Amino acid sequence: MVRTEELLLNVGPQHPSTHGVFRVVVKLDGEVITEATPVMGYLHRGTEKLAEDLTYTQIIPYTDRMDYVSAMTNNYVLVNAVEKLMQIEIPERAQFLRLIVMELQRIASHMVWWGTYLLDIGAMSPFLFAFRDREQIINLFNELSGARLTYNYMRVGGVKWDAPDGWIDKVRRFVSYMKEKLEEYHALVSGNEIFLSRIKGVGKYSAQDAIDFGLSGANLRCTGVKRDLRKDEPYCIYDRFEFDVPVGTNGDCYDRYMVRLEEMRQSLRILEQAVEQFPEGGEIMGKVSRVIRPPAGEIYAAIESPRGEIGCYIVSNGKDKPYRLKFRRPSFVNLQILPKLLVGETMTNLVTILGSIDIVVGEVDC
Amino acid sequence: MGDLLHENLSWRLVGIFSFWAAVMMVIVLVFVTYAIYFERKVIGWMQARKGPNRVGPLGLLQTVADVLKLLIKEDTIPKKADRPFFILAPVIVFVPSFAVIATIPFAENLYHASLNVGMLYYAALSSISTIGIVLGGWASNNKYALLGGMRSAAQMISYEIPLVISVVGVIMMTGTLNLHTIASAQAGGFWHWNFLPQIVGFIVFIIAAVSELNRTPFDLPEAESELVAGYHVEYSGFRFAFFMLAEYVYVFAIASLATVLFLGGWDAPLPFLNFIPGIVWFILKFASFVFFLFWIRATFPRIRIDQLMGLGWKVLLPLALINIVITAVYMEIAK
Amino acid sequence: MSEDNRNPEANKPPVGNESAKAEDKAEVSAVANAGAEIGAKPVPEPERGTPAQQRADQAAELQSADKAHKTTGEPSDAPAAERKGTDGEAKDELKDAKAKAAAEARARAAAARAKKAQEEAAAPKPPSPKQPLLDRLVQLIKTRVAQDAVEEAYINEANDHLPTVVIKNEHWLACAKMLKSDEQLQLNYLRNVAGVDYETHMETVYHLQSLATSENFCFKVRTDRNRPSVASVTSVWATANWNEREIYDLLGIDFPGHPDLRRILMPDDWVGHPLRKDYVPIDPEV
Repeated sequence: MVRTEELLLNVGPQHPSTHGVFRVVVKLDGEVITEATPVMGYLHRGTEKLAEDLTYTQIIPYTDRMDYVSAMTNNYVLVNAVEKLMQIEIPERAQFLRLIVMELQRIASHMVWWGTYLLDIGAMSPFLFAFRDREQIINLFNELSGARLTYNYMRVGGVKWDAPDGWIDKVRRFVSYMKEKLEEYHALVSGNEIFLSRIKGVGKYSAQDAIDFGLSGANLRCTGVKRDLRKDEPYCIYDRFEFDVPVGTNGDCYDRYMVRLEEMRQSLRILEQAVEQFPEGGEIMGKVSRVIRPPAGEIYAAIESPRGEIGCYIVSNGKDKPYRLKFRRPSFVNLQILPKLLVGETMTNLVTILGSIDIVVGEVDC
Repeated sequence: MGDLLHENLSWRLVGIFSFWAAVMMVIVLVFVTYAIYFERKVIGWMQARKGPNRVGPLGLLQTVADVLKLLIKEDTIPKKADRPFFILAPVIVFVPSFAVIATIPFAENLYHASLNVGMLYYAALSSISTIGIVLGGWASNNKYALLGGMRSAAQMISYEIPLVISVVGVIMMTGTLNLHTIASAQAGGFWHWNFLPQIVGFIVFIIAAVSELNRTPFDLPEAESELVAGYHVEYSGFRFAFFMLAEYVYVFAIASLATVLFLGGWDAPLPFLNFIPGIVWFILKFASFVFFLFWIRATFPRIRIDQLMGLGWKVLLPLALINIVITAVYMEIAK
Repeated sequence: MSEDNRNPEANKPPVGNESAKAEDKAEVSAVANAGAEIGAKPVPEPERGTPAQQRADQAAELQSADKAHKTTGEPSDAPAAERKGTDGEAKDELKDAKAKAAAEARARAAAARAKKAQEEAAAPKPPSPKQPLLDRLVQLIKTRVAQDAVEEAYINEANDHLPTVVIKNEHWLACAKMLKSDEQLQLNYLRNVAGVDYETHMETVYHLQSLATSENFCFKVRTDRNRPSVASVTSVWATANWNEREIYDLLGIDFPGHPDLRRILMPDDWVGHPLRKDYVPIDPEV
């Protein structure tokens, strides 16, 4: 007797396209997915539990390793929450340094996303171009903080290291270089017919779905909802700079792609302005005691990381270690919509859709 | 060579044929070695990096090192794999790739056999490789491999048809399936070459050829990022080397075929350049076709399986058929 | 409760080698401790026991604690102290003068702070700008859900005056539905769901926002520790799905009504809930 069965396929945890140690169990009917269940936890390192035994400054390196592609914003979310709780004032120069590194980090993170997304889709060359440009940013960070990936740069009250001489000029040069390159990448990839046919109309969801699932970042903006925490709940000194928030219309992979590329352009704009307004001298660390003891209370502070809204919920009982520290990780929340999007898609589109959500598994698992 | 084929078969002839076959094999293997090397170099340069440059002077021995590595690896056969088929699949893929080279004329007097059904021989043998791929995918006892094998079968069958039909225009114009005759008929400068009157056929041929070779943008069967190497995921060591070898020998075969059918074979582009031997022209045209294949690989993303099928059946096949009709009409009028 | 402990010394470029600097600090701290007590006397003495005095006391205590912390933390201190005797006497005098100046500066700062704290304690706090919002919300919940649904309602000042409401466990699902559907509130964006293990009870905390009005709210639901259970709001906000799974996984709070409550981060066969305060890991020696 001839009988057709559904095929149960494990995509991952070792797979070139799952962006980390992450598994999707798919039920296939031929090439069409009937059900997909993400399984995560392979990279769970217990950061939140560890944080209960560490002082706030000691937690900062742990935040680096959560979303390792965009470590500066992770640093910031923690120190921002603590600073708000303690109502510390941050000096100008530190604010500017923080803003500059966060925007550079945004560009670096989007470059990684761009290169790997195109590699998943099959184009090999943009991956190398993306990493070549990201290398420049990494070198800037290396000069600044001594590390290439996990910087441990920010502290409660300011930043740890000051910009060396000539660093700001290097940033300025990088901004003009990157502007040209971005145009080049648009010309190279964004109009390619094969590429467009692969991502237009794929992985579509409505704004209502996006809001229901709590998506954030480019995943929410691609549906037309204009929400960017840098504008809606300004933190750091973002309210001093002019920039636009790109918004898509259809909510498909193409819109997410264009929104992220446009975000890079806006980041370059912010960087240009920040580099012009960079203060000459000044402190890089505010008035903070050696032992950081926030008053008893709780706070939820969120910022816009390249992946979406990253938030830090701290419950403090007056000691120097948090009573409860919870990170609201954007990749974790954004990934929830994946099972819904995958039903009825082919295997090939699984990779396309997963790449467009832009997750980092270190953040999914925390 | 042609005269030898008319003699009666004797041990001496067997010896001569085997010798020339071995020579051809060596040439093809050298080609494969340096095609792989150049592919990596060319793609590297297009990606703003140098390709291999450490092993040997300028990295020239890179492929030798790679092949040596593959040959000395452990021969793993998965426990539940279908052993006889698992072992047979690479062989079935490789043998036709080498066998088709027999009919290709490299120069006026450099060929192995001048078959009157040369083109048909080529098309028939190259289809057998598909069986090997499906067999490899099945015998591996791995769902990814199976998916890859199925995809590959679908793809190759869909693109065999436009490939062969696009050539029908050339056959109609020349009036024969004999590859040597087709090449000679294009003598006298590049305006006689078939790619000009048969431009539609040429384009269809190129696209179908890239698909037949399982190269980007049609490399779904081995899409690393989706199916983790597709049908040859369970193969390692020299069996994997066989699959890779087969792919590059097919590159050789199709590039030669394209040169013979559409680019004039050994003909010089301008008649006064005839003093340069024909084989040099053949090599130049052949090399530019191969470079074109590398160039596409570095540039394009991958097409999706359903779009691939759509392209093959709904675009290339009708174009090839239209090409035949137009050629027929033109030939009637030109009479 | 921030304290200014930057030595004037620390900001100057390093004179000589590091051990000399450490030695300076050690010396200064020893002298300054004495100096602080002496220096504090000229300040008009506020009554003992007022928050201001307690804070000044605590500041001094912290200072000494910090110095102690600093001296024990730096390994170069012990040999530096020994090396002190071999340096010239002139250096000691200079150091003494510096130390005195530092101590006086610190005493002045402490006095100024004590005064300010006293003033602050005297004046009443202004009402929060979000208070009317909170009142309206409480009223809405009382009328639409249940009269006794609200356990507590307060403003979290540090968190940008976030209105925080504690809802009774049994009314949570109804309240959540109301919050989403009500036209005035329209809380359609669930930003964060967190579980907290207070040793006496457990809490789930929901941070909600209305995308239309950009108003933020925080809701808490308490549950007892032995069989913690909070109604699942996955049917109201789909975001809650995995968040509740994570809380279940790590804290053990059950969410009746959840479509698929199973472990998400820990392996499926894990025993225990790691984030609980009384969690004992399998291998505590590690």
